[in-house]
Amino acid sequence: MDKFQTITGVAVPMPLVNIDTDMIIPKQFLKTVKRSGLGANLFDEMRFDKDGNEVPDFVLNQPAYRNAEVIVAGDNFGCGSSREHAPWALLDFGVKCVISTGFADIFFNNCFQNGILPIVLPKEQVELLMKEAEKGENARITIDLEKQEVSTSDGTAINFEVDPFKRQCLLDGLDDIDLTLEKSTSIEKFEEQAAASRPWV
Amino acid sequence: MSPKTLYDKIWDAHVIQEAEDGTCLLYIDRHLVHEVTSPQAFEGLRLSGRKVRAPDRTIAVPDHNVPTTADRLEHVENEESRVQLDTLDENAAEFGIHYYPVSDIRQGIVHIVGPEQGWTLPGMTVVCGDSHTATHGAFGSLAHGIGTSEVEHVLATQTLIQQKSKNMKVEITGKLRPGVTAKDITLSVVGATGAAGGTGYVIEYCGEAIRDLSMEGRMTVCNMAIEGGARAGLIAPDEKTFEYVMGRPHAPKGAQWETALAWWKTLFTDDDAHFDKVLTLKGEDIAPVVTWGTSPEDVLPITGVVPAASDFEGGKVAAVQRALDYMGLKAGTPLSEVPVDTVFIGSCTNGRIEDLRAAAAILKGKKIKDGIRAMVVPGSGLVRAQAEEEGLADIFMDAGFEWRLAGCSMCLAMNPDQLAPGERCAATSNRNFEGRQGRDGRTHLMSPEMAAAAAITGRLTDVREMI
Ligand code: SF4
Repeated sequence: MDKFQTITGVAVPMPLVNIDTDMIIPKQFLKTVKRSGLGANLFDEMRFDKDGNEVPDFVLNQPAYRNAEVIVAGDNFGCGSSREHAPWALLDFGVKCVISTGFADIFFNNCFQNGILPIVLPKEQVELLMKEAEKGENARITIDLEKQEVSTSDGTAINFEVDPFKRQCLLDGLDDIDLTLEKSTSIEKFEEQAAASRPWV
Repeated sequence: MSPKTLYDKIWDAHVIQEAEDGTCLLYIDRHLVHEVTSPQAFEGLRLSGRKVRAPDRTIAVPDHNVPTTADRLEHVENEESRVQLDTLDENAAEFGIHYYPVSDIRQGIVHIVGPEQGWTLPGMTVVCGDSHTATHGAFGSLAHGIGTSEVEHVLATQTLIQQKSKNMKVEITGKLRPGVTAKDITLSVVGATGAAGGTGYVIEYCGEAIRDLSMEGRMTVCNMAIEGGARAGLIAPDEKTFEYVMGRPHAPKGAQWETALAWWKTLFTDDDAHFDKVLTLKGEDIAPVVTWGTSPEDVLPITGVVPAASDFEGGKVAAVQRALDYMGLKAGTPLSEVPVDTVFIGSCTNGRIEDLRAAAAILKGKKIKDGIRAMVVPGSGLVRAQAEEEGLADIFMDAGFEWRLAGCSMCLAMNPDQLAPGERCAATSNRNFEGRQGRDGRTHLMSPEMAAAAAITGRLTDVREMI
């Protein structure tokens, strides 16, 4: 996983509430056995019509937002399935950060696993950033994970909370599995105890 | 010792290590695997030269992509689906995990196969790369969905890095009225909490109406905990649980059964244990419900009318307008006047034998309306065989239903069972998202009884008129 670097980029406004994983990446694209290449189908059924032509109204098809790196989203972004194809598609498209009042649990975890930072902020602050994002290319926002700060082009700075362990993993680009394997002795000890106390498992 | 919830007890029994900031390393007892969310995880193991740490605790079954037609062993039309299914075959063999291939009568939807084979037992931690893993919570096990990176993590280490969730209690008091089912309970709860109301929580369902449910009904309830955003849903095990589990192929036997039972009987929430959030619904107040929109929170009693966007507030106004446009519905239309052209009975929510019995009881001696496409997709090969033995398959076929082989099928339409644009389906599955059952398809969620009733009349129907 790549280290999470400070981002300064275009934020795209997606105020719809309950944007679900089926919207982010429809199931016909889950048949892949790879992680790569899903960006082309991000929000596929909203971005393209039945014949594969771009839907001009859809926000990611507007010239200002084609290279967006941040999404400012309505409540409960990423609800629905556990498909990690959703963050894979976002990342492949170039999105490295999503800001909302809340995220579905599994999607939230999946983001961290892939170097995407999901930021939870109170409603007023999300609304403020949504307005900012509506300005398009003229309003780049900066995400500084080290300082835990989102700042707008006019200098407004907003602090955010993030789980310290997850923050460190993003900053260092750490692989969870390596970290856990360092604890093999504890896992073995647990297994021995469990074999005695819950032998039927 | 301070009083604990059921969730606290299971959690505590599985923590290997806890860091100062509360991050825990949690041991995983059962890992269920299917073909869609696992290929990249196995590939990750291969690339890093790792093995599956506990192949004996790892169980795989193909379900999402499998065709449900009789010729599926001979050929799978879609090339990508075939590759994904073949990949699971190869990974299961290479890594030596338990496997139920398509040719095995025990094959079916992963959340139906696990309990059926006795892999799911009270007090366990159960994970799967699938959000409806919550189903297994019906046994008083802590069960939740994970992403593919976490699948790889569990394969390699048999653990997960986790933060503990908060405790939420959902109590359903009293008795259900006739025609009201476990599906109506779980949809009504999602309607009450909203799609994000459970985010950050593990829900324990309790109360007389939950106790009165069969194990299969309890699975239906827990299945949709995720639709309210909860990490997991749980129900304390009781005599019904033990009776269901006893004798299953992978349930403990003999002396081990006795030891297990003694521990299982301690798995309940202590008096005065703390819940961070509580929701209480009266069983008597729950009606047969349907969804009208594109979020599972868009629930109303079948006696209701399609709402207007102006009935809502905030961000939901735009979402409802979008949903009504997508669903092709006009505010003020009575729900019972909404016509359907497709009926789907199946899925991990309602693809078990009792669901099929309930639907067949409504359909017996009747015909579905002309022009309706209706299908039953049993949750597993064993459910299918039992339904055939009980004569249910004949009832469905006589009524005009297609009788399919086991799989996820039209629940998510990764196989050829899909809605065409504009088609409207009465479905017993769990998600009504845009495009879920096929691009521009329209889904109304409901119980198997209600879906059967809709097949007969060709519109959303109050099943109470037929019983
Ligand atoms: S039946 Fe539907 S919800 Fe259940 S596992 Fe299959 S696709 Fe997922």
